[in-house]
Amino acid sequence: MSAAVPSAAMDDLPQAPATGATALAPVGDTPGHLVSRAPFDPQSAVRLTEEQEHFYLASQWMLMWWKFKRHRVAVASGIILLLMYGSTLVTEILVPYNLHTRHTDFIYAPPQSVHWMHEGKFVGPFVYLQKKTLNMETLRRDYSEDTSRPYPVRFFCSGDPYQFWGMFEASFHLVCPPEGATLFLWGTDRLGRDVFSRIFYGARISLTIGLLGIAISFALGLLFGGIAGYFGGLPDMIIQRVIEIIRSFPELPLWMALSAVLPVTWSPLLIYFGITGILALLDWTGLARAVRSKLLALREEDYCTAARLMGASPKRIITRHLLPGFMSHLIAAASLSIPSMILGETALSFLGIGLRPPITSWGVLLNEAQNINVVALYPWLMLPVLPVIIVILAFNFFGDGLRDAADPYR
Amino acid sequence: MLRYVINRVLLMIPTMIAISIIVFTIIQLPPGNYLESYIAELQAQGESVDPQKIAFLKQEYGLDKPIPEQYLRWVGGMLRGDFGYSFEFNLPVTKVVGDRMFLTILVSAFTIFFTWAIAFPIGIYSATHQYSWTDYGLSLLGFLGIAIPNFMLALVMLYFANVLFGTSIGGLMGPEYIGKPWSWDKLKSILEHSWIPVFIIGAGGTAGMIRKMRANLLDELQKQYVVTARSKGLPPGKVLRKYPLRMALNFFISDIGSLLPHIISGAEITAVVLSLPTTGPMLLQALKSQDMYLAGSFLMFLAFMIVVGVLISDLALVALDPRIRLQGGVAR
Repeated sequence: MSAAVPSAAMDDLPQAPATGATALAPVGDTPGHLVSRAPFDPQSAVRLTEEQEHFYLASQWMLMWWKFKRHRVAVASGIILLLMYGSTLVTEILVPYNLHTRHTDFIYAPPQSVHWMHEGKFVGPFVYLQKKTLNMETLRRDYSEDTSRPYPVRFFCSGDPYQFWGMFEASFHLVCPPEGATLFLWGTDRLGRDVFSRIFYGARISLTIGLLGIAISFALGLLFGGIAGYFGGLPDMIIQRVIEIIRSFPELPLWMALSAVLPVTWSPLLIYFGITGILALLDWTGLARAVRSKLLALREEDYCTAARLMGASPKRIITRHLLPGFMSHLIAAASLSIPSMILGETALSFLGIGLRPPITSWGVLLNEAQNINVVALYPWLMLPVLPVIIVILAFNFFGDGLRDAADPYR
Repeated sequence: MLRYVINRVLLMIPTMIAISIIVFTIIQLPPGNYLESYIAELQAQGESVDPQKIAFLKQEYGLDKPIPEQYLRWVGGMLRGDFGYSFEFNLPVTKVVGDRMFLTILVSAFTIFFTWAIAFPIGIYSATHQYSWTDYGLSLLGFLGIAIPNFMLALVMLYFANVLFGTSIGGLMGPEYIGKPWSWDKLKSILEHSWIPVFIIGAGGTAGMIRKMRANLLDELQKQYVVTARSKGLPPGKVLRKYPLRMALNFFISDIGSLLPHIISGAEITAVVLSLPTTGPMLLQALKSQDMYLAGSFLMFLAFMIVVGVLISDLALVALDPRIRLQGGVAR
């Protein structure tokens, strides 16, 4: 600062504290020592209001959440998925019948409709009694409604007893069939089991197989993708080749072959884990590729070099510095590949080489609808495909929303 | 170009070897060998087993030899056109398979063309009319196409054809042509029957293709050369035709690699539902009865089809995309 234009220079000072200004010597003398006695605040120029602070200092996940919230369809899909997964915890309570309850008098009964008005009077939700007659010509069971008397549906009631979470006996249901009548909302199958209840029970297996499978394939993808991307060279080449070979197999036939060779002697539960493993075994390649390409790009970044120079181990660099950088992206990718697993299980079970009864998934239920004659006579056996479609759509929209939210350039 | 082709074809060999090892491992996975289970099954049915034939088969396929030698025999046999012996049908695999492999190729090829023919115009329309109602509608339709499993679509179509028209849409040709030698009439009958399976198999892939086509074209449409072309006063149709579409075409060809496994997977399960005379139903049956030679040769065939399909798409891409240069020694 030159002594000739002190006042102008002083004006330029950004709001010099008052204490500093008074300490200045008069014009002509040597300038005094300019010292501000106010405590040093490095943020003084960029002071944030509380709102701004909330916004600018938000974590990466917070930003993603805000972006995701704007995507209405994705949020709705997320809620649907949450409800569906939540329902698997309390399936026993939600449905009127147990998984294996048979009604030998009502084999292949069509869906019963719930009525509200009986002979012009409001009764509330009720059903009519189903009457069965055997058609002697076609040998089919014909069902007709006996509209003489309404049977009100019971709520918060006691029905089929079950073991809740395998721990204690209970018989509480949200909805029960009326006394002396039945409540087959979506009809019954060839053993007289309620399709509606069975679909809810099937959700347990079908939904968890997707989660469990993606967990395995996620771990495999991270491991192999991480090795290939970080170390490069020979490991990279080998893993790339393996991925290429796995990818040049048609998925479904290979799944079919692998699940067909699962030993017949295995218990249904073991088969369940076996099938999940098979689904995951062919699915990790996509994730591994994503991990690899991201790692290849990120490991050249300066912050990664800095960490290496400071002596961080590869494990620390990968898990601490690189993975968080694209974890969100990976989760979005993973949620987009859950549907293919659910579809895979459904297809295998539909063909009869996937899960086996008594384990009940949507695919196992659809297995009953494999025959065109059955489908033509009892179309309600195709209903388990509805939840499949809903879940696949929901996961697709949800994953799309996640992907958009995780993408910083959008 | 010739060098690239040779290189690329040579690269297929290690892939095929690896695939054959995997398939052979799967064949070997069930406990005991297939001959033993075959004999056990025959005895369980109370039929007598011709010891001479067993000995012949054992010797012919080297089932008493160590595993690596069995593998070499199997691969060697395949190279000579001998795919092994189907114990269920009591015939060499080549006799059992018959036309099925050819029909599988035919149906898959039709499906690819169907996918292209549908996805191309719809993708372009969706991209150029982004965020319009038709775009939303088509997108929803596309998502539904992804979400509905092929076999369910097949069942539903079977059901409606049965209920509404009282006809069966199963099969791939008129009943009078089954087992008959090839003729023009037979081909015509196949063409008439194949559009339903092609539609069912192609639905999922088409939906995915439309999404990708739309995304690709949208990226391309925002680029500066498009803006330049527009600002110079080129009519919109010509702008689209002249540049971005050509870029999208390349993507169509390069995407065969991911489309083909999808189509073949869909074709297998759809064929089971519609009982098409392709590899699907027989593969399933072979797997269920653990007729492993038959299943193994089907798996090999399907994988080979995909590898060749990807090869063709790679070569076509090189021929069509001027940006891919092969000079400088390194292929790819």
